[in-house]
Amino acid sequence: MGLKKYLAIRGITMFGVLMATLLLTVILVGSNMDVILKQGVTFQVRSEITEDPSISQSFSDPAEFEAFIQDQIDQRNKALGLDSPWYSPQRVGLTMYKILILDFGHATFLTSDAGSSNVKDILAEKLPRTILLFTTATIIIAVIGIFLGALSASKVGSAIDRITSTFAVISSSFPVWWVGMLMIFLFAFMYQIFPARATPSIPSDDPGYIIALLYHMTLPVITIVLIGFGAWAYLVRNFMIGIMQEDFISAKKIMGINQRKIIYGHAIKNAAPPIITVLALSLSGSLGGAIITEAVFDWPGMGRLYFEAITVMDLPVIIGATYVLTVFFLLSILVADLLYGYFDPRVKTGN
Amino acid sequence: MSSVSFSEVKHEFVRSKTGIAGIGILVVLVSISIGTAIIFPAETFQQWNNPQSWLSYPKTAMPLWVNLFMFEKIPEHKILDEPNVKIQTVGEISVVSHQFNVNYEYDDFPSDFIYEFTAKYSGAPLLQMSVVRPDGNILKILSVSLPNTSEMVLHNEKIFSTDGTIRKNLSLKSSLFDFTIVDSSAQDIIFSKFSEQSVLKGNYAFLINLYGVEKENSFVDSTLIIGGKAFGIMGTDELRRDLAVGLLWGTPLALFIGIAVAVGSVVMGLIYGVYAGYKGKFTDESMMRFNDVIYALPALPFLIILAVTISNSIFVMIGFLMIFGWVGIAKVSRSMALQIKIKGYVEASKMMGQKDSKIIFKHIIPQLLPYAFASIAISVPAAITTEAGLSFLGLGDPSFPTWGQILHDANTYGAAARGLWWWIVPPGIMIAITGLAFVFMGNALDVIVNPKLKR
Repeated sequence: MGLKKYLAIRGITMFGVLMATLLLTVILVGSNMDVILKQGVTFQVRSEITEDPSISQSFSDPAEFEAFIQDQIDQRNKALGLDSPWYSPQRVGLTMYKILILDFGHATFLTSDAGSSNVKDILAEKLPRTILLFTTATIIIAVIGIFLGALSASKVGSAIDRITSTFAVISSSFPVWWVGMLMIFLFAFMYQIFPARATPSIPSDDPGYIIALLYHMTLPVITIVLIGFGAWAYLVRNFMIGIMQEDFISAKKIMGINQRKIIYGHAIKNAAPPIITVLALSLSGSLGGAIITEAVFDWPGMGRLYFEAITVMDLPVIIGATYVLTVFFLLSILVADLLYGYFDPRVKTGN
Repeated sequence: MSSVSFSEVKHEFVRSKTGIAGIGILVVLVSISIGTAIIFPAETFQQWNNPQSWLSYPKTAMPLWVNLFMFEKIPEHKILDEPNVKIQTVGEISVVSHQFNVNYEYDDFPSDFIYEFTAKYSGAPLLQMSVVRPDGNILKILSVSLPNTSEMVLHNEKIFSTDGTIRKNLSLKSSLFDFTIVDSSAQDIIFSKFSEQSVLKGNYAFLINLYGVEKENSFVDSTLIIGGKAFGIMGTDELRRDLAVGLLWGTPLALFIGIAVAVGSVVMGLIYGVYAGYKGKFTDESMMRFNDVIYALPALPFLIILAVTISNSIFVMIGFLMIFGWVGIAKVSRSMALQIKIKGYVEASKMMGQKDSKIIFKHIIPQLLPYAFASIAISVPAAITTEAGLSFLGLGDPSFPTWGQILHDANTYGAAARGLWWWIVPPGIMIAITGLAFVFMGNALDVIVNPKLKR
């Protein structure tokens, strides 16, 4: 299979998944969305009519006036296509088309820090912060993990190997957000080194904002790294052990090349494809986990936005955030696959 | 994959240290669950979110055992409901007296005291409350008559230490004290030394007398609560709930959620994957594409939307968790089925005209059972943490006290920033221990099923 054909098939599958996700989201929140939209129209029409006193004066009978307003509302609903039920193909199609071209509409309750209620603005403001936090943490995890994993793979059965494995199993049994609460207890209450809330209190246009943000980021990063690096090290160790059993490594050993050079020069290069794949996948996986982690630390990113949107049922934000999360998730799966193919030629040519 | 027989699996499993450790923890957890179900009637966890049923408990009290490590003993919260009852008749007057003995050996004053009673009386009996201190002094703190009635009635009342009459009566005793007691609360005065304002340790007796002319006068119910800052094995939370009850009830719930989700998703994935692999061709292709779609759904956001829009009932939640759990297992069991279906005996039974369903359930799935058990064990921790995470976000089923919900409440009331460690630490440790039990068992099984990992 040629690379182009492979890419095309992957692209089509991904697009299908994206559409399926969107459709599911729209179906799940559709009926609520419908009610909210209709309420919005009613409110808008009423305020437009009452703002102009000449209209109300031209009616002598209040019932007649009410009927006129209702008529206006119905007309507006019809113009916007709200008269057909929310599950009608046209409505669902229109909603999905709008989402596809990134027109998420306006948020019902939430606003960005700058005050805009446009969902696109809100997402554009929150997304970089989530990426900043989780990418930093994932890179630190990967560096520590690869180093520790290679170290334990070179000394299988040694104390360091056993400690790494045990730590990996135990640390991954604790929920990240629970460790987050403990960290806040330890480093914000017992020893007041870091702030308990990760949202900087100074406005975002202040020159010191970046530094404040980094300072507030420290505790979440430490927590994520603490929970994550053990499993990484264990994974890298297992990859490395698999490779160390291969013939070409044994040949190098027999040739008398020293252990260190074999591990860091040859073995790690061969362990790269699975490691990079896992890296790409864990980057996207962390975005999903961000919802809970950010809720604990009150980090002003996508996760907390998502959580806030759910609590107040701000549907445009929910749909927008789900869309962005899904796109990121799918992209990282694709990148992982492509990288794997790039590093491991067997995948590219064969099946 | 080479097929492993059950006796082999059992034999190897028993020799694996981690496997035994996992089984050991699981046995402990199951016994806790059974014990809980026996000791605490099911109503206790239904009362979990009912503030009425926790009124006599203290707010954010530490666990009792903290006192073992403390130099200055923290006052324990005492709920006394078994007084010494004495009934006397002096001429016309009958006296019902209840005596509560309190051994007070702590280094801080109690936070308050409450006397709650239900009296059965007629007329207008007189209720007197006095305290006999360890130094022999008697402080008369209250003397009130109950509302007049001509018929026999049940009267329920709570007397709080903040009661104005108690304060007034105590201020009459100010000459006994070498310091000014005007600003002190009733409990600070009653439990204080005369010479200085510090706790007088020893045995106190709270004496409640009901004087009346009717012989039938009695206390139906009589409880004295000495408010403290330590209570129970696990302490209490901001809503006065005994955390031990929540933690204990959380165990069977977590096991149920974890095992139900794991078994459900493994069975689903196994049948789905084997069917796709066995059928092959177009069926296989389309089933696997559908599998890809589910695989690419971001699980947590979707679980949240489902919980919010459809239902957060624990049973529906288990179903949702299954939807996202079976995908990986389906992929692996499909590839295993592909290998098994070309084996001679499967081909033979096919030629003999066996039904597809019979071949799948009789010949292929039994071969995959060891793998299925390993997968069940490995998927349990993820199910438990995901449910805990959803509960933590406040999307859990409010009628069941899960560990995630305890942590949700802890987070809502800022337990971490207020230093209420006993509210945060135990639920998380329970989640981790339960997860570890299954990880241990799963790893042990995995090594047996995939001999490649042996090293």
